[in-house]
Amino acid sequence: MSADAGAGPVFLDAGESALVVEFGRSVDPAISDRVLALDAALAADPPEGLRELVPTYRSLMIHYDPLVLDRAQLVARVEEQMAAPAQQVRAAASWTVPCCYDLPHGEDLAELAALMGLSPAQAASSHARGRYRVYMYGFSPGFTYLGGLPEEIAVSRRTTPRPPHDTKAVLVGGGLSAIASFAMPTGWYVVGRTPERLYAPERANAFLFEPGDSLRFEPIDPDTFAQLEARAESGEIVARRTAS
Amino acid sequence: MTGLRVLAAGPGVTIQDGGRHGSLRYGVTVAGPMDPLAHALANRALGNEPDAAAIEISLGGIEITAEDRPLTFAVAGGAFQITLDGQVLPGACVASLEPGATLKLRAGPAGVWCYLAVCGGIDVPPVLGSRATHGRTRMGGLEGRMLQAGDRLRTAAPAGTGIATGAILAPLLERPPEAIRVLLGPQHDYFAADQIEAFLTGPWTISIRGDRMACFLEGPKLTHRLGFNIPSDGVAMGAIQVPGEGLPIVLMADRQSTGGYPKIATVIGVDLGRLAQARPATQIRFQAVSHAQAVQALAEERAFLAGAILVEPLTRRTFSSDFLLGLTLVDGWIDALRPCLELKPPPR
Repeated sequence: MSADAGAGPVFLDAGESALVVEFGRSVDPAISDRVLALDAALAADPPEGLRELVPTYRSLMIHYDPLVLDRAQLVARVEEQMAAPAQQVRAAASWTVPCCYDLPHGEDLAELAALMGLSPAQAASSHARGRYRVYMYGFSPGFTYLGGLPEEIAVSRRTTPRPPHDTKAVLVGGGLSAIASFAMPTGWYVVGRTPERLYAPERANAFLFEPGDSLRFEPIDPDTFAQLEARAESGEIVARRTAS
Repeated sequence: MTGLRVLAAGPGVTIQDGGRHGSLRYGVTVAGPMDPLAHALANRALGNEPDAAAIEISLGGIEITAEDRPLTFAVAGGAFQITLDGQVLPGACVASLEPGATLKLRAGPAGVWCYLAVCGGIDVPPVLGSRATHGRTRMGGLEGRMLQAGDRLRTAAPAGTGIATGAILAPLLERPPEAIRVLLGPQHDYFAADQIEAFLTGPWTISIRGDRMACFLEGPKLTHRLGFNIPSDGVAMGAIQVPGEGLPIVLMADRQSTGGYPKIATVIGVDLGRLAQARPATQIRFQAVSHAQAVQALAEERAFLAGAILVEPLTRRTFSSDFLLGLTLVDGWIDALRPCLELKPPPR
């Protein structure tokens, strides 16, 4: 389905104050690249009347004030941007995120492993071997959708949701991985927990990752989890950032 | 500083400002008022910014009193029953609450949401730049929760003096719910033409299941032409998603930032409050309009809010509803563009 990655975008109205610029209909890194390039370009030089940008897998939602920024002007601006030579506005960052796969944190790991014909240790090392891309946030503050899950643990979602998991759960489901900052019922499998806070409103960086960043998980034991969690709760960032 | 104390509050009473904007890309819900026009009007009648933090009152109602000093307040929204120490006030009004006096807002004959604004707005700590309460993530407002008896709130500015008190004249608030205007899309191509026609024909009945997150509709089940799973994309307030079972859901103030069901249409900005104020069992229809028509309606509403808000003085201490209905003279006004303390007193 990456064939549509090269076509021009489609402009769709989501009411009079939001415009969806859609680059395709599938989840594809090439489409995501185009979404994020437009996102970065508009964020770097926002036209007056632009309110907010929401990048998702295959489209960018542009919230705007139509009494300040005319729809036709906005479309023209986006088309102009698409025609301009691509410029790297922001370098994607690479992150190493600590994750404890052991019990009590990876509470669904054994269940997932059994479904996929693996031992829990094999499933954990598969997940930690994955090289993930932050596609988008959604669902709740700091909930990141990660592409790049190794195939041997690419389980579909549960048919019925499981009871609420803990905060900072590392999830697998629907062929993706994710990190959930808030406790909630889920159709995903809880394979581990990270001590890092993906939503920390009092911290200068309330959110750590930008869509387009790459990410890997580093297995830690429960003792290390407890130490890092205490540091994270006191405001420290325990995930490590490396420029890619 | 002036304060108020909550004497009683039904479920679903929260502090809301214009909404939490700027963090949608990180999955943060906007929240904000269910009826943005009524919220902005209550603020404007006091000379506040239209997006100042005010109290959003559900059908559960609220009772408050002023602490230390008199408190000037404005009320606007659904047709709630407003009483000040037992005296009936108009459903949209500006008045003063003395310490020890009791202001009660209760569900009236129509409407779901009512807004109580105070001079300068309610002073609670902003979270990610906003005071809007989002209950599901316990963010904003007072400890991220609904208000309850015993809560004390401070206002961000001294009590306004010399503010015109009386009934707010707001013809724009009279919004019969029958025809809710929509723009088709962003995913109306997921539906065949006859399904779009069925959507626009309705009629739809507002379900009892609704809350600040969504308004559920009952009526003809819609079928999808291209399936009902899409890669999650952005969700605007008023987006009408159609999940697999075929009954539309209108996503409102507490909606999630993204969603994976096709959205057949989006309620236009000025009709969001009209829909929010429709009670369960109300029948509505959707009417498709053009982008230009939606922008025109928005321009009219913005001009109304930017202009002087007319307030009709109430000259008797006790008024019957007949007396209130008989009021016609417009001889008091405030300039909504100027801050509280500089407002002109009503002519006497």
